[in-house]
Amino acid sequence: MDTFIHLASWLCLLLGCCFCMIGGVGLLRLPDFYSRIHGGGVTDTLGAGLVITGLMLQGGLTLTTAKLAMILLFLLLTSPVATHAIARAAQHSGLKPQVADAAA
Amino acid sequence: MQTSSLRRTLSLFILLFLTWLVWSGFYTSLLLGLGGLSCLFVVLLSRRMDIIDPEGHPNHLFFGLLTYIPWLAWETIKANIDISWRIIQPSLPIAPRVIRIKTSQKTHLGQVIYANSITLTPGTVSVEVEEGEITVHALTNEAADELLEGSMDRRVTRLEGER
Repeated sequence: MDTFIHLASWLCLLLGCCFCMIGGVGLLRLPDFYSRIHGGGVTDTLGAGLVITGLMLQGGLTLTTAKLAMILLFLLLTSPVATHAIARAAQHSGLKPQVADAAA
Repeated sequence: MQTSSLRRTLSLFILLFLTWLVWSGFYTSLLLGLGGLSCLFVVLLSRRMDIIDPEGHPNHLFFGLLTYIPWLAWETIKANIDISWRIIQPSLPIAPRVIRIKTSQKTHLGQVIYANSITLTPGTVSVEVEEGEITVHALTNEAADELLEGSMDRRVTRLEGER
């Protein structure tokens, strides 16, 4: 059982790292400001979620795990607000999103 | 009206005290007493400021959220895998578009939950939130179509309706 939790934890941590990196790659590869936000979204949700889940599995049934759960909760509550604020600020300052038809 | 307000005050106190228990980790009578007093003080202040209302402390959503959060988590995971796959493909198969979607929520709280759920799901970001309408930037046609289909909208409206 112990080995199983250990393996699951490491799987979560490694997968989380992969998604964080993919988010970073997305930030670099995607063409314009608005689409780059989506790349950051991958890091914010599944990347952070898997890393924290992996850490929670390492922590076991302790207070640390409860605190990690709260960190994840606050992260998932605040990151969309920040993302929305950035996107809205960009739109209000007149940045036009690149759309598929114009790009083609 | 009076009972729901009392219930909301009580549940805020319980929530604050649970937070104290998780944060502190010391369970001696002195620290528990001090924690209880601080929670009581915060609750009294919030009552005076009149912010213990369905928007400030939405305890009526609790049971609805128990089913909504797992659903949203699953949707988010699916969208994450889709967007990640698109990012690492050399051809970068994306088709950004901007869409406007109608919202059917009756309260501002419901609309905020909807807009945040849209942003939390990779592939869609809510850019502008207005009365009854949200402007969304979508990275792919599929993500845009899924929003236009409106299953998330209906779920948030149902969640908000449970009182």
